Amino acid sequence: MTTEANTTGALDPIRKTFIKVGVLPFFLVGSLIIFAALSDKFLSVQNFVNVARQSVYLVLVSMGQMLVLISGGFDLSVGTSIALTSVISALGMVWLAGIFPDAIWLAITLGAFMGVAAAISVGLINGVGVAYFDVSPFIMTLGVSSVGAGLALFLTGGVPVSRLPFAFGDTFGFGRLFGVPIPVIIAAICIIVMWIFMSRTRLGTQVYAVGGNIKAAQLSAINTKRTLMMAYVICALFASLTGLLLTARVESGEANLGSTIALESIAACVIAGVSLRGGIGRVENVVLGAFFIVLVQNGMNLAQVNSYMQMVLLGALLILAVIFDQLRYRMILSGYNRPQFGFRHERRTISNTRSSQAPTD
Amino acid sequence: MSEQPIIETRALTKRYPGVLALNAVDFDLHSGEVHVLFGENGAGKSTLISMLAGANTPSQGSVILDGQEIKFNSVADAQDNGICTVFQEFSLIPTLTVAQNIFLGWEPMKGPFIDHRTMHKRAYEMLLELDFDIDPNEITSHLSRAQQQMVEITKAFHGDLKVLILDEPTASLTDKEVDHLFEFVNELKVRGVGIIYISHRIHEFSRIANRVTVLRDGGKIGTVDMAETNEDALVEMMTGRAINEVYPKIEKGPEEVLLTVEGLRTAGIHGASFELRAGEVLGVAGLVGSGKSRLFRAVMGLTTRLAGTVILHGKDISHSPTRNIIREGIYYLSPDRKTEGLDLAKPSKDNLTINLVMGDKVGGEGQMVKWSEVNAEAATISDYVKLREGYRDKPVSQLSGGNQQKVLFGKCFGQNADIIIFDEPTVGVDMVTRAALYMLIKELAESGKAVVVISSDLPEVMHLSHRMFVLAHGHISAKLSGDDVTEEQVLKFFFHETGAKQ
Repeated sequence: MTTEANTTGALDPIRKTFIKVGVLPFFLVGSLIIFAALSDKFLSVQNFVNVARQSVYLVLVSMGQMLVLISGGFDLSVGTSIALTSVISALGMVWLAGIFPDAIWLAITLGAFMGVAAAISVGLINGVGVAYFDVSPFIMTLGVSSVGAGLALFLTGGVPVSRLPFAFGDTFGFGRLFGVPIPVIIAAICIIVMWIFMSRTRLGTQVYAVGGNIKAAQLSAINTKRTLMMAYVICALFASLTGLLLTARVESGEANLGSTIALESIAACVIAGVSLRGGIGRVENVVLGAFFIVLVQNGMNLAQVNSYMQMVLLGALLILAVIFDQLRYRMILSGYNRPQFGFRHERRTISNTRSSQAPTD
Repeated sequence: MSEQPIIETRALTKRYPGVLALNAVDFDLHSGEVHVLFGENGAGKSTLISMLAGANTPSQGSVILDGQEIKFNSVADAQDNGICTVFQEFSLIPTLTVAQNIFLGWEPMKGPFIDHRTMHKRAYEMLLELDFDIDPNEITSHLSRAQQQMVEITKAFHGDLKVLILDEPTASLTDKEVDHLFEFVNELKVRGVGIIYISHRIHEFSRIANRVTVLRDGGKIGTVDMAETNEDALVEMMTGRAINEVYPKIEKGPEEVLLTVEGLRTAGIHGASFELRAGEVLGVAGLVGSGKSRLFRAVMGLTTRLAGTVILHGKDISHSPTRNIIREGIYYLSPDRKTEGLDLAKPSKDNLTINLVMGDKVGGEGQMVKWSEVNAEAATISDYVKLREGYRDKPVSQLSGGNQQKVLFGKCFGQNADIIIFDEPTVGVDMVTRAALYMLIKELAESGKAVVVISSDLPEVMHLSHRMFVLAHGHISAKLSGDDVTEEQVLKFFFHETGAKQ
C-alpha cells in the first residue's frame, strides 16, 4: 500500500498538469528542446517575433474552431470560408474600385463586407444543417467545404484575382500601428473579445453547457439550436476575418488560401486541451496551441525539413494529440485528480465503477 | 443447510490505494438458495460480486468453489466454472438483434458461417422457457429498459449454471415483470442453482430470499435467515436508523391552482386533464410504459403535444418550447441523470451554475455573468442539498449515484420554479441519501411549491404524496387522495383504466 502511494506521488505533478491543461506544455517543452538543438537561429527574439506574426492567422481560425468544438461539433469548412471570403472580397474590391475610383476605402469596405457575407452564409448553412436537421457536423461541414471550394474556383476560373486596391494590402497586410503589425493588433483584440465572451457572458456559458450534455442543457432552459447555430456562424466569421487578412497579405484573391487550415486549427485546439467530445476548452490555451503549431512549422523550416515531410509530421502530431485527449478524458471521468481529503467514500466509488465497468470493457 | 456450500469466500479483502473496499468478508452460498446482499451504495456489494464474477481480483483472502480454492482470471473464466453474472450496467450491443446479443461470442456455426436459423430458433426457445415476451429478431435498442434487462438475464443464462449473480435486476422492472423474474428465480432454486441477489428493494426480500447478508463500509455486519428477520430490522442493520425516519411527514396541503392541464394528448397519452396546486405533493404511479413519465414530458414540451391546453399561472403554455416553460416556472428533473441530467465531465459547481446563469435569481439581467454572485449561490445550493465540500470540485462522473442525484436536485434551485417535477428521483440511491432527498422534497412543498413525484417505487410515492394519480395505458386511471391511497387501491388501477381486475 505504501509503495503504491509513493509511485503515484512521484508522477503526481505531471499527471495533474496533464489533466488540467492537456498535452500542450509537454509538447511545447519538447519542441523547444528539439528545435533549439537542430538550429541555432531558432531561439532568437527575432525568430519568435516572426512566429508571433505568422501565427495570427491560425490563432484566429483556431478560436472559431474552438467554439464549434466546445459546442460538440467541428468545422471542416473553415478553409472554404477563407477562400470564399478572399475571392469574393477581392472580386468585389476590384469591381467597386472600377466604379468608384475616387473612393477607394469605400470600395475596400464594401468588398470586405461582401466577403464576410459569403462566409456568414457558409456558417448559417452549417448551423442550420447541424442544429435543425441533425446532420452530423462531419458530413455537414465536409459537404459545405466542397460546395464553397467549388464556388470559389468557379468564380475565379482558378486564376488569382489581382490588381486589388493598393491601400488594402498596404494597411492590413503590411501596415503597422505604433510599430506593431496591424494583423497582430487585430488578433490581440479578437483574443480579448473571445476570452470575455467565453468566460464572462451567458452565451459563452451556454456553449459549454450545450457541448457538455445537450439534453441537460435543454432541460436547463437553453435554446440549444440557436446556440449551435451561433457557434458555426462565429466560427465562419473568424475564418472570414482571417481570409481578409490573408488576402491583404498576398495582395490577391485566391481560391486555394486556407487549404490546410482545417486540419491545423483542429490540431491546435486538441493539443490545447479542447475536448473533441465538447464542453471543455479555454481561449488562452488555444491561442498557445495555435502558436505551438506555427512554432513547429517554423522550427521544421529552420531545420530544413522537407515541406512534404512536414505534412506527415503535422498529421502524426494531430493523431498523437487526439490519443492523449482520449487518455485525459478517461482520467477525468475515472478520477485520477482526487484531492487528499474525503478519501474513503471517494475511493469506494472508484472501486464500484471499476468493477461494474470491467465486464463491458 | 449443513452440506458443503457451492461457493464460499474466506476473509475476502480488496484494497485500493488508501482504502479498504472490502474488509475480510466471509460469505457462503448453498445450492438452491437465494442469498441477498444488502447494503448502501459503496458498502462493498459490487466489490464482492465483482471478485466472484472474475471481474476483479482479491487483495487477500480466498474464493472457494465446491471445496476447492480457485482464482478467476476473467469473467469468461468464471463463466466456464458455472458462475454467471448479470451486471447492473448492460453489456448488450444496442444495434444487434436480441438473438445476436444472446449468442454473442458463442454463435451456433454451420461450417465457417454463423447459422442464423438455429441461432434464432434457440433464442426463441430460451426466451420462451424464461417466459419473456420478446421477439428475438428485434433490434436491442428498440426494447424498453426492462426488456433489455430480460435479454441480459437470458444471455447470462446459458451453459452449465451453478451460481447466478443478479446485480439490482429489478431496478427498472415493473411489478409484473418482477413477478416473472421471481418465478424464474424459484425455478432455478428448484434446479439447485445458487443465486446471489443484490437489491435495494427490501420489500422483495421476503418473497425470494433464504438468507440476507448485510454489508456496511466494506465490512460484514451479519448474515440472517430471512424467516427470522423483517424489513425494519434489516434497514436498521444497514443504516443504523429506523425506517420511519426515512419518509418525512409532509405537512401543508393544496392551496391555489398553479397549473391546469386540459385534454392533453401526445403519442401514448390519450387526453389527460388535471390541476396542480401550490403546496401539494402529487404522486404519479404506473407501470413502465403506462405513460406516467410521458405525460409530464408532454407538459414540458419534451414530446410533441397533439392536442389539449396547458395553462400555467393563467398563461397558455400549450405550444411553448421547453426553455420558455422552464422560465415560466416549471422545472423537470430527468429520470436519467447520466444522459439527460448532468454534464458528467464537469464538477458539480459547473452543473449548478448553468441553471443560475440561465435563471434570473442572481447576477441580474444582461449578457455578462457575475461569477462571484453565481458561485456564491452555487455554494449555498451545494450546502443546502448537503453535498460534501470534497465532492464539489470533481467531475460528477466520479460521484456515487446518490451524490449525483443531489447535484441534480440542486439544479432545480437555480431557477425560480414554482412547480418541480421529479421523475424517478431516487433510482439507484441508497437509504441515507434518499432520506436526505425526501427532506428536500418536504421543504419544497412546505415552502409553497407544487411538487410532482413520478416513481416506480410504490412505497416512495405513497408515503410522500398528498394526492396520487395512477396511470394505465396512457390514461389517468385513478386520482386518489387521503385514505384512498392504499397499496390495494393503487394496484387495482395499475393494469386497467377502469380499475377492473384482469
